[in-house]
Amino acid sequence: MSYITAENIFKTYGSGESIVAAVSDISFQIESGEFIGVMGESGAGKSTLLSIMGAMNAPTSGRFAVDDIDIYSLGQEQQADFRREFLGFIFQSFHLVPYLTVFENVMLPLTIVKKSKRQKREMVENALSQVRLLDKAGRLPNQISGGEKERVAIARAIVNEPPVLLADEPTGNLDTKTTAEIMELLQNLNSEGMTTIMVTHSPDCARYARRIMKVSDGRLVEDDEKGII
Amino acid sequence: MTLKNISFKNLIRRKGKASFVLAGLVIGVSTVVGIISFVEAMTSDINHKLEKFGANILIVPRTENLTLTYGGLSLGGVSFEMEEIRQEELAQVSFIKNARNIAALGPLVLGVVNVDSHKVLLAGVDFKASTILKPWWQLQGNEPDDNGVILGAEAARILNLNVGGHLKIKDRRFGVSGILKPTGSQDDQLVFARLATAQSLFDKGGRVSMAEVAALCQDCPIEEMVRQISDALPGAKVMAIQQVVKGRMETLGHFKKFSYGISGVILLIGSLVVLVTMMGSVRERTDEIGIFRAIGFRKRHVMIIVFLEAAIVSGLAGILGYLMGWGVTKTAVRFFIEGHSGIVPFKPELAAGAFMLALLIGLVSSAYPAFIASRLDPTEALRAL
Repeated sequence: MSYITAENIFKTYGSGESIVAAVSDISFQIESGEFIGVMGESGAGKSTLLSIMGAMNAPTSGRFAVDDIDIYSLGQEQQADFRREFLGFIFQSFHLVPYLTVFENVMLPLTIVKKSKRQKREMVENALSQVRLLDKAGRLPNQISGGEKERVAIARAIVNEPPVLLADEPTGNLDTKTTAEIMELLQNLNSEGMTTIMVTHSPDCARYARRIMKVSDGRLVEDDEKGII
Repeated sequence: MTLKNISFKNLIRRKGKASFVLAGLVIGVSTVVGIISFVEAMTSDINHKLEKFGANILIVPRTENLTLTYGGLSLGGVSFEMEEIRQEELAQVSFIKNARNIAALGPLVLGVVNVDSHKVLLAGVDFKASTILKPWWQLQGNEPDDNGVILGAEAARILNLNVGGHLKIKDRRFGVSGILKPTGSQDDQLVFARLATAQSLFDKGGRVSMAEVAALCQDCPIEEMVRQISDALPGAKVMAIQQVVKGRMETLGHFKKFSYGISGVILLIGSLVVLVTMMGSVRERTDEIGIFRAIGFRKRHVMIIVFLEAAIVSGLAGILGYLMGWGVTKTAVRFFIEGHSGIVPFKPELAAGAFMLALLIGLVSSAYPAFIASRLDPTEALRAL
C-alpha cells in the first residue's frame, strides 16, 4: 500500500458553460520518502493539485488518501489537524507573518501544540539550525534577505517534523546561488526521510527530484522515476 | 509564544487601527460614565439643595372640614384652636422605617393673640428645628428665651417694635429678642415664641397644631415617606409639599432618559466603529489568516486571536473610558452645578461596569469579523496555492 494515493482526482471551477477543469482524472501513488517534482506550464493545474494534496482544496470528485486516511472524508477541523501533524508547507511568496520575529514565525505551528515551552524552544532552535539561521532568530522578516526568508519558511514547515513536505515554487523569487542552497536543503531533508513534493517549472530545480510528474491542461501527462542526480 | 502574543503583536503593529477602535470605545464608554456620574452628581446636589428648601412634608390634624381659602384670601373654615395633634404621638415619627432620612421635625402651635389693638397670629416653634426647616430665615437679634419673642418683618412694622422692645400678650410681658428679615412668606406676619411658651399661653400643654418635616430620601420617593408617617400617625393628615420635589425630580427624570438615549446611540456608533475596523483588519490580514489555517490552526484558534485583540483593546478602552468620564464629570459639575465642590467619588461598581460594558461591546462587535476570519478558505486566502 502506497503512502500517498490519488485516485481519479477531478477539480473543476464554475458551472454550466463556464466550467473550467483545473485537474482532470489524475491518479498516482507516492511512497514514503520520495522526492517528487511536479512540473508544468503556468495554469497547468500543478498548484491546484498541490493544494488538494495539502488538504486545503477538496476535489470535485476522486479520492485522496495519506497513510490510508481519506483526507476529504474528514471534517474541516480534522483536516486542519491533519495539516498540522502530517504536512509542512513552503509557500512561493514565503508568507511570513511580518510582525513576528524569525523565531516566532518558526514557532507558529507549535503555538497550538501541547508541548512544554522548553520542548518548543528546542524544536524551533533545531529547525533554525538546520536552515543555518539561528543567529538571526530575533530579526523581523523585513530585516533579512529573500533567501533567508525562504529558509525561515522551510524552518517553519519542518519545525514539527512532519512526514510530508509540500513546496510551491520554493525558489521562484531567488537568485541562482540561493536557489542551489535551498534545493540542497530540501534534498537533505528528503534524505532524512521526509517525503517531499515540490511544484516547480524550473528544470534546474526539478533535477533535485527523484521523480517527475508533468501536468498539462489539468492532466498528468508524464510520471517517471529518475535516478539520483 | 501563544495566541495572546500573536494578538498583542498584531495590535502593536497596527497601532493606527487599534487606536481608532480604542478611541471609538473610549468616547462611547466615557460618555456613558460621564452621563451616569453627572446625573448622580445632579441628583445628589438636588437632594442636598432640598435641605435648603426646608420642610417638604406637613403633618396637620385630620379634619372633615374643607379649608375656605383661595389665593391667600381666607373666607373662614377650620380654626386653629379646633384640632390638635398630641405631641407624644409625634415621637412615633422617629420610629418609621426611613427615620434616618428625616433631617428635622418641627412641631408648631398656633393661636391668635391681641397685641395692643392688633390681632396677631402667634406661633410656638422649636427654634433648633427651625434652622433646618426654615433655612431662609435671617434673624436680626437673638433667639428668644422663655420670656421673649421674635417678630416677622411685617408684624414688627405694624406693631412698631424693634429689637429690645417689649410687648404684652395675655398679661405677660415679652421682650423682642429678634426680628426676621422679610421672607416673602406668611412668616412675615407672625410673632414667634418658644413652643413651650406658646403652649403655656394657649393652655395647650402637650398638644401642637401641626408639624413640619424636612425629609431627604434618595432611595425612596417622597410619597413613601408620607405613607410611613401616615401609618405612624393615624390621627393626622400627612401631606407632601410636592411641587418643588416632583418638579425637580421629573426634570431630572427627563434628563436621565434623554441622556441614556444619547448614551445608547453613542455606544451603537462605538460598536459600529469596532465592527467596521475589525472587518477591515480581517480583510487586510487575509494572507496571514490563510497561513494560520494552512499550518493547522483550527477555526476557533483564528477566532480566539480576533477576540483576544478585541478584548485587549476594549478592556483598555473600559479603563481609559471610565477615567476620562470621571475626569470630564469632575470638570462639568463645576461648570454646570452651581456651588458644587467638584468632588465626584470614585465608584468601583461604575468602573467595573464600564470595563464590562467596553468588553461586551468589543467582543459582540468582533463576533462577526471573527466568524468571517475563521471561515476564510486557506487556499483562497493564500491565492498562491
